[in-house]
Amino acid sequence: MATTIGTDPLTLPPAIHDEDRKTLHETWEPERGFKGWVRAVNHKTVGKRYIVTALVFLLLGGLEAAALRMQLARPDNTLLGPDRYNQVFSMHGTTMMFLFAVPIMTAIGIYLVPLMIGTRNVAYPRLNALGYWTFLLGGVFLYTFFAMNSGPDAGWTSYTPLTGPQFANGKRIDVWAQLVTFTEIAALIAALEMVMTVLKMRAPGMTFRRLPLFVWAQFITAAMVMFAMPAVATGSIMLGADRLLATHFFNHAEGGDALLYQHLFWFFGHPEVYIIFLPALGMVSQIVGTFSRRPVFGYPVMVAALLTTGFIGFGLWVHHMFATSVHMLSQSFFTAASTMIAIPTGVQIFCWIATLWLGRPVWKTPLLFVAGFVVVFMIGGLSGVMLASVPFDAQAHDTYFVVAHLHYVLLGGALFPLFGAFYYWYPKVVGRLMSERLGKWHFWLLLIGVNVTFFPQHLLGLEGMTRRIYTYSEAMGWGPLNLVSTVGAVIIVAGMAMFAVNLLWSVRHGEDAGANPWGADTLEWLTTSPPPPYNFVDTPVVTSRDGLWAYDGEVPVVTGLHTDRPEVLVTSMMDTRPVYRHEMPEPTYAPLVMAVVIAGMLAAGIFTPWGVVVGTFAIVIPFYIWAWPDRGQHARNLREEKQRRAEPEMAS
Amino acid sequence: MSVRFMAISALPVALSLAGCKQENRDFREMPPAATPTEAIRVGELQPGGGPPFDSTVTKYADNAYAIGTGQRLYNQMNCVGCHFHGGGGIGPALMDEQWIYGSDPAQIFKTIVEGRPNGMPSFRNKLDNQQVWQLVAYVRSLSGLGGSTVSSAREDHMYLSPDLAIRSPEKPTRSAPRP
Amino acid sequence: MRLRHHATIALLLWASSCVGYDHQSALDPAGPQAGSVHGLWYLMLGISAGVYVVVVAALLLVIRRRQAHPLEPDETRSRDREARAKRVVVIAGAVTVGVLFVVLLADLAVARGLTRLATSPALTIRVTGHQWWWDVEYEDSIPQRRVRLANEIHLPVGQPVLVKLQSHDVIHSFWVPNLAGKRDLIPGHHTETWIRADRPGVYRSQCAEFCGLQHAKMALYVVAEPRDQFDAWIARQRTPAVTPNDTLAIRGKGVLESGSCALCHTVTSTLARGLVGPNLTHVGSRLSLAAGTLPNTPGYLAGWIADPQTIKPGAQMPPNSLTPEDLRALVAYLSTLR
Repeated sequence: MATTIGTDPLTLPPAIHDEDRKTLHETWEPERGFKGWVRAVNHKTVGKRYIVTALVFLLLGGLEAAALRMQLARPDNTLLGPDRYNQVFSMHGTTMMFLFAVPIMTAIGIYLVPLMIGTRNVAYPRLNALGYWTFLLGGVFLYTFFAMNSGPDAGWTSYTPLTGPQFANGKRIDVWAQLVTFTEIAALIAALEMVMTVLKMRAPGMTFRRLPLFVWAQFITAAMVMFAMPAVATGSIMLGADRLLATHFFNHAEGGDALLYQHLFWFFGHPEVYIIFLPALGMVSQIVGTFSRRPVFGYPVMVAALLTTGFIGFGLWVHHMFATSVHMLSQSFFTAASTMIAIPTGVQIFCWIATLWLGRPVWKTPLLFVAGFVVVFMIGGLSGVMLASVPFDAQAHDTYFVVAHLHYVLLGGALFPLFGAFYYWYPKVVGRLMSERLGKWHFWLLLIGVNVTFFPQHLLGLEGMTRRIYTYSEAMGWGPLNLVSTVGAVIIVAGMAMFAVNLLWSVRHGEDAGANPWGADTLEWLTTSPPPPYNFVDTPVVTSRDGLWAYDGEVPVVTGLHTDRPEVLVTSMMDTRPVYRHEMPEPTYAPLVMAVVIAGMLAAGIFTPWGVVVGTFAIVIPFYIWAWPDRGQHARNLREEKQRRAEPEMAS
Repeated sequence: MSVRFMAISALPVALSLAGCKQENRDFREMPPAATPTEAIRVGELQPGGGPPFDSTVTKYADNAYAIGTGQRLYNQMNCVGCHFHGGGGIGPALMDEQWIYGSDPAQIFKTIVEGRPNGMPSFRNKLDNQQVWQLVAYVRSLSGLGGSTVSSAREDHMYLSPDLAIRSPEKPTRSAPRP
Repeated sequence: MRLRHHATIALLLWASSCVGYDHQSALDPAGPQAGSVHGLWYLMLGISAGVYVVVVAALLLVIRRRQAHPLEPDETRSRDREARAKRVVVIAGAVTVGVLFVVLLADLAVARGLTRLATSPALTIRVTGHQWWWDVEYEDSIPQRRVRLANEIHLPVGQPVLVKLQSHDVIHSFWVPNLAGKRDLIPGHHTETWIRADRPGVYRSQCAEFCGLQHAKMALYVVAEPRDQFDAWIARQRTPAVTPNDTLAIRGKGVLESGSCALCHTVTSTLARGLVGPNLTHVGSRLSLAAGTLPNTPGYLAGWIADPQTIKPGAQMPPNSLTPEDLRALVAYLSTLR
């Protein structure tokens, strides 16, 4: 039975009838053709293309990794010379960290969070589109320069003074610094979207105590992005200024300091890995809950663990600098913090195991990937605790031990949950299930491949093999383990191929999914698969943390949003009372145009300061298009307000 | 969708075919003795016919790595001892528009290799040709004759006078030496 | 032609196996710092393995159990079961905190212990990192007793040595895995580290901070020898370069002084006084060439002088087009500089 919640002082129109449903569909229907494609502001459209673009960057980063492993498979190999190798490993790191890992988590959040909280779009749809276009153009910018032999060649970290004006010739490092600017704009936009959407647009009844764990994870991650990204932006802008404008931020002879760059970078760099990790933890929670067929055990503890991880994550950065001249007392502080951060994640793993124990597990592919996550991530987490100790880090820093650690935590902690999430949510996005058989092949090949590739690297590091070396001599004795590692990389490639085939094959041939094939509890499973453009006909009212499992037959809803214009319900932050109806913008060219202008400004800026000057003025044009008030909409609102004031007895 | 995808990916492919000379890193010339210095001429005038000589062509004019290497050599070979960081001292300034012996690449090449009266030493047989061309490219960039996108803004050392770092180099207006 | 080119490089680079040195490994400690880290490593490895086995076993057990004995739908929310699970999770959490605390205490104890090794040094060595070689200077209050060499350190067994670290250009990192942890060389900063070798041997060190094109080939050998051998070695290093007395070597000295070598290298008691590249006064007695890339034999020396860019592309040493006789003479002279 539908419940209408009256909100004063507004008066709501009557409940939705079938013609209204048709109007609703027409209002939210996406535009057709190329025009519709570039002007889209629907969060699902933007989210899907964000995911696809990030996967393309995963492919490119993977190809770079394959090239690196081929070069290192044998001693004194000549596949890649030193210059090319330096570019390839820098591109691998930059692509994976800036263009794949953070964007894919962001993208999945953009797609899923509005659905999970029962609303129709993100808070600022046009800004969302701008974020995507900026991200895409940043990636195109980087790869265009890479194709012209001008890709970054000093790692994804680009330490000064190697990357300073004296030692890094040409435009390579300027390209890197600008890429950081592109991706940082995109990340900050997505973070703002996430925070505002979750704060103000949740369905009535979805208080913070009832928020799904995935939404918690995305929300906390967004807050982390807002604090962390400015640090790397500062560092990269200062680096660019040193290189192009003859400033002396990192020139010790003029009072600057090379170490300042490291502090700025790692103040971002460490939270960055938790920015990648936390959404993955949220995905694991959703999968474990659904496939155990009971809510995740210890919800308050799980939320506290996410908050604690996010918070402590900002206090670890100096552990990347233990080999520098940082004072011993402060090193001890960071050792303690780096050791302590294992506690919340450990407790989360215990709670997930408890959930499986207390539940009725169904061993489909998503849950397999969660098991893989525990098995792989723990190795990385434990090697991380080892690296937290200063004396041990003094031996292992900048060796393949660290390469092994970081890949175990990133692949185990982010990629395995991510693949689980793909198998879990693909039916919702596409409307068809992915193949279980291919999924199992994917899982096992990936699990074996990751271990064969990266486990030997622990030993290689302790044997003295340092990072970022393009070759090594036969006498070192590193040949056999490197060869094993390369064979593992081939197995990973096979696993990824299974995934790609599965993704593409299931679009046409996957089994029909229906609205809720897994019997899950979060709100996105309430609507059809794939969801209609407006997500929900009526906004559902949440009665319990258990979501869909708590409804006894009928779902209570809130009606009253207009169907002839795109509207969302804005609710209060703490008790999610409906506050007002907010009109969403129509599709527009403005985000794309503004992204192109920004891209032009940033790209030209590395060649001439006039690029920045001209760009700043040029941005005004799309800004005006964007911000110009909609006369038609304004006139209509005025008319309706007058009508309402003239007939006060319509209120019921 | 796939057409748009191809359109987006065509750009990097096309550009890779175009290549970018600016960023090439040539570590050695093959072989070092192949470009004898006798072939370099400092002037275009010659009696009778004969192939025209283009003295403005230099292999590393637009190459960032070469200019960077030239900067390193400039410090290591103690050019700074007389010419300082372009401002001149015991030797003439290299950042201004006055070029006693000409600012063409071939002329600068000859200056370095042969030496000049009143104190410029000869580096013949001390530096190989590739290194001299790299120095030529760097020295020309000091007065803005190289591309601005290939030279670095500053070095990592102390600046004795603040304006040296931000001074605009003075391009020479004519290539022939002052009589 | 290309095949021969590759084969030549492979042969050249393979030959670096001919320098006999102890297995470069942090797991084969020859000094107290590496030794205490080695102990810490085994402690942490043991704890980590234990934790891993317990957690993964718990996961697998839960999987097995729930497959063999699935629950009824109403049993999933049973208060008893949840209370029991809560106890287990709390205990596991407490054990985690305890274990991590133990690890933390061990870390801090070892770190403090290592700082106590800083007793008065028998020797002070200044190491300056360059792109892509190591400048080593033995400090002394009397100037004539100072020694300057490159890419090699000798030290007496069992005595602590203070190593002062500075960088000439970009960030490098000094790391002898068998002896001690690494310390970065940061331009503008003066850092120091201590090493002590407790058994004789040759320990290989490698630059451990990405420093550009040839970061991969920037190695250094640390030779630990008994005190008397060390004294003999340093006494020889303090003597000026040997004066050649055969015609070939005399010609070689002439090539050194009149050619391009003198612009970058120093050989004391000759006219070669360049400070750009490594000091070559006693190059004949070194274990390796080109920062650990090649063994020190006349053939490799000749190849290195003629064409360093094929062996170490991007290195700052240019190819040298000497006539074959000049090259032979130069190599003969340099080989006499022991």
